[in-house]
Amino acid sequence: MSGNMNLTLKVWRQKNAADKGQFVTYKAADISPEMSFLEMLDVVNERLVKGTQDPIHFDHDCREGICGACSLYINGRPHGPKQAITTCQLHMRSFHDGEIITIEPWRATAFPVIKDLAVDRSAFERIQQAGGFISVNTGGVPDANEIPISKVISDEAFNSATCISCGACVAACKNASASLFVSAKISQLALLPQGQPERYRRAQAMVAQMDKEGFGNCTNTGACEIECPKEISLTNINRMRRDFYNAKFFKEEEIN
Amino acid sequence: MVLDSKTPQGPLAEKWNKYKFDLKLVNPSNKRKFTVIVVGTGLAGASAAASLAELGYNVKAFCYQDSPRRAHSIAAQGGINAAKNYQNDGDSVYRLFYDTIKGGDYRSRESNVHRLAEESVNIIDQCVAQGVPFAREYGGLLDNRSFGGAQVSRTFYARGQTGQQLLLGAYSALNRQINLDKVEMYNRHEMLDLVMVDGKAQGIVTRDLISGEIESFAGHAVLLCTGGYGNVFYLSTNAMGCNATAIWRAHKKGAFFANPCYTQIHPTCIPVTGDYQSKLTLMSESLRNDGRVWVPKTKELAEQVRKGQVKPGDIKEDDRDYFLERKYPSFGNLVPRDVASRNAKEACDDGKGVGTTGKAVYLDFADAIHRLGKDAVQAKYGNLFDMYYQITDENPYEMPMRIYPAVHYTMGGLWVDYNLMTTVPGLYALGECNFSDHGANRLGASALMQGLADGYFVIPYTLGDYLAGIGPKPVDTSHPAFAQTKKDITDRINKFLAMKGTKTLDEYHRDLGLIMWEYCGMARNEAGLLKAKGLIQALKVDFWKNAIVLGENEEMNMSLEKAGRVADFIELGELMVDDALNRKESCGGHFREESQTEEGEAKRDDENFAYVAAWKFKGENTPSELHKEDLIFENVKLTQRSYK
Ligand SMILES: Cc1cc2nc3c(=O)[nH]c(=O)nc-3n(C[C@H](O)[C@H](O)[C@H](O)COP(=O)(O)OP(=O)(O)OC[C@H]3O[C@@H](n4cnc5c(N)ncnc54)[C@H](O)[C@@H]3O)c2cc1C
Ligand code: FES
Repeated sequence: MSGNMNLTLKVWRQKNAADKGQFVTYKAADISPEMSFLEMLDVVNERLVKGTQDPIHFDHDCREGICGACSLYINGRPHGPKQAITTCQLHMRSFHDGEIITIEPWRATAFPVIKDLAVDRSAFERIQQAGGFISVNTGGVPDANEIPISKVISDEAFNSATCISCGACVAACKNASASLFVSAKISQLALLPQGQPERYRRAQAMVAQMDKEGFGNCTNTGACEIECPKEISLTNINRMRRDFYNAKFFKEEEIN
Repeated sequence: MVLDSKTPQGPLAEKWNKYKFDLKLVNPSNKRKFTVIVVGTGLAGASAAASLAELGYNVKAFCYQDSPRRAHSIAAQGGINAAKNYQNDGDSVYRLFYDTIKGGDYRSRESNVHRLAEESVNIIDQCVAQGVPFAREYGGLLDNRSFGGAQVSRTFYARGQTGQQLLLGAYSALNRQINLDKVEMYNRHEMLDLVMVDGKAQGIVTRDLISGEIESFAGHAVLLCTGGYGNVFYLSTNAMGCNATAIWRAHKKGAFFANPCYTQIHPTCIPVTGDYQSKLTLMSESLRNDGRVWVPKTKELAEQVRKGQVKPGDIKEDDRDYFLERKYPSFGNLVPRDVASRNAKEACDDGKGVGTTGKAVYLDFADAIHRLGKDAVQAKYGNLFDMYYQITDENPYEMPMRIYPAVHYTMGGLWVDYNLMTTVPGLYALGECNFSDHGANRLGASALMQGLADGYFVIPYTLGDYLAGIGPKPVDTSHPAFAQTKKDITDRINKFLAMKGTKTLDEYHRDLGLIMWEYCGMARNEAGLLKAKGLIQALKVDFWKNAIVLGENEEMNMSLEKAGRVADFIELGELMVDDALNRKESCGGHFREESQTEEGEAKRDDENFAYVAAWKFKGENTPSELHKEDLIFENVKLTQRSYK
């Protein structure tokens, strides 16, 4: 079709966690600008499969920017050249005919490669398990409108809650810090009245787990905020720090 | 076998409370002696797993993604219904019950639907207590919006990301139980079969999607919460990984499959652009609150629009056909999904479609922007508009959206009784993968409600009754049934890996999708369905001869994962066609062209079809056996649905 592009892909291929891995070059011919980036990879994969070559593995599921599964480092940027979108929302119209596109997995010690472009993000799971909740059981809770919450606060909590746990912040950070992710999770609950009883204990537990997982320190570079597909703000990191330090003073009441 | 729905006796509004009281309880100190397997951790599974663990049961939970938070519930946009009547606009449990029964075109069980409406109010309380940031008014109280098929405002929402926020709530409850060691969570594990011991469900066999290890797990009961099977159509609003394998395998082990042909085609999705298309994106139904659906009045004008000679904004009011407002003055753009979809298809079939393919209608916000201001529209729908812009490169603040119907939801699923138990003792189905509650058509914002009602407020009661009955005798995987099932699965995998044909799995999946969309989609007729049946059978034979499956079992292998899913979709597709053939009436999402009113609306046949069609698997390449559960309506009067 006219308007279609011919591209060259340099893709990170790695058989498994133990393999060293390397870049492999592929031709992506006749790519429509209307395709999404992942559809372009589908097309390349279909051609590989027809030639009985192992397709390029990558994580993806919803393909609408909400599940947080997709995680490609494209031309040196998490989720590619555009801001405020995920890889699955990126379309080929953002590239031009003849372009060479480099595709790598998230690179971080705490996110080991599983295969090709898919990485293991279970560290994020363990951080959330350590304290990312309000301890209420099912049933026996007050009527929803018994807890009025200012719209401003509620909207702010919502903004933090839109984090999709994709890990772009870690991939963007030169220290591979997970501070933006962890602080968004802490902030959402710290902002709301329901989150107050466990506020400081939560901050401590989640930060402790983050450190244990081998993420780097935050040095306020701000690359995470720029690359975050959901535009999670650095303010969250300040909140996390404040709550984490406050936790030391609240030790007696809050932490057992 | 006679299907026993176990519907409790007594007046509708009292059934559930009385039933809960009559159910057997498990002694608190015995609860930890039971293990419950929960497959799927979307809204239904995560809420069930967390609630059961809180009660003291040991839970093993499974999902195929790398995190429970990525289940496709995360993608639900519009909202969740609840009969809170916070708006004082006349809502009540009975009205929500009535709307849901009517919306489902009188093909669901009264007792289940009423229970759902009753529990709806508790869900909102639960979510708020967990910290779910629902939209609020300036006064600090919760905000509501209205949704298709209802004339009251009862939908709670969190901008356009309601599913995400609800799932994060359920996920946090799940995480808390994982932290307390009451739930063992197995991510990237795909259930490939059910294990039966002495006629009861007692475990599952899974494949570790990283290492390929085939493992088995034992439990006193198995809960399937694996979501919908809309991906039978290849293109749908479901996620790429959504599949029918868990329920299909369970079906082949004895669980009846109910109403497989009831699929919901959602009217407002972004249209297809090319054959590389991998999925379709929904534009939430909530948009129909403020957006107006129209096409050019004449074919000639539509033709000019398609060629780009005329811009939609330049078409005069008189030259537009707001066909939903015209045909259904009292519901207008808010008619239920099946009605909106069929009308869009009709307009396009009539040559009035827009977009380069002619398979699209407009959803226009110009009036709303004029009336409310751009900021107000942005506050309500900003993220949906952004999503549309990302995909189409067109700005919906400036020109109308182009939309077209797409497969979205499956009302059919495993048959369950009032306890949510399938026809296999000890096997339960929750959420979208069961058939209950939505009849032949689901109303907007009611799937999230159903998933969470099932998981938070129904299963914790009904499961206890079963477990109390079987007693806390330990179960483990030493029974030969486990080794046998593992062997069957290993053999099947080896068979896949030996397939070195010429056609890719996606090609088969796409072919299946096209057959289903063409003959078992928005409109169906006998000749088409018979043709589809033949085509699917031929596709199946070809699949097992000519498909290419690459790689090995002992690695992450997307080719192998797909092979199993596509093989199951093909078989399920055939059953859907059988079911559509059997149901000669039109109802809800199932439109049989042979059964329509003079005005072209769906015509039900209550005389002959007021039943649930539950299919029993009888063996490979053998026709399934139809069992009927008659639907008895004691409270609502069956009328031909009218939204005029
Ligand atoms: C785009 C979109 C928007 C929607 N918007 C709304 C809305 O606004 N309001 C509303 O009420 N409803 C909405 N719905 C419908 C609603 O979101 C779904 O019906 C509901 O979330 C399904 O929840 P579930 O828990 O049953 O399944 P899911 O959330 O799909 O979860 C399925 C789970 O099963 C697991 N699984 C599946 N197969 C296997 C297997 N073989 N082995 C192991 N694990 C497996 C998955 O990993 C996942 O954890 C929407 C649906 C879509 C697609
Ligand atoms: S695939 Fe879900 S966010 Fe990209």
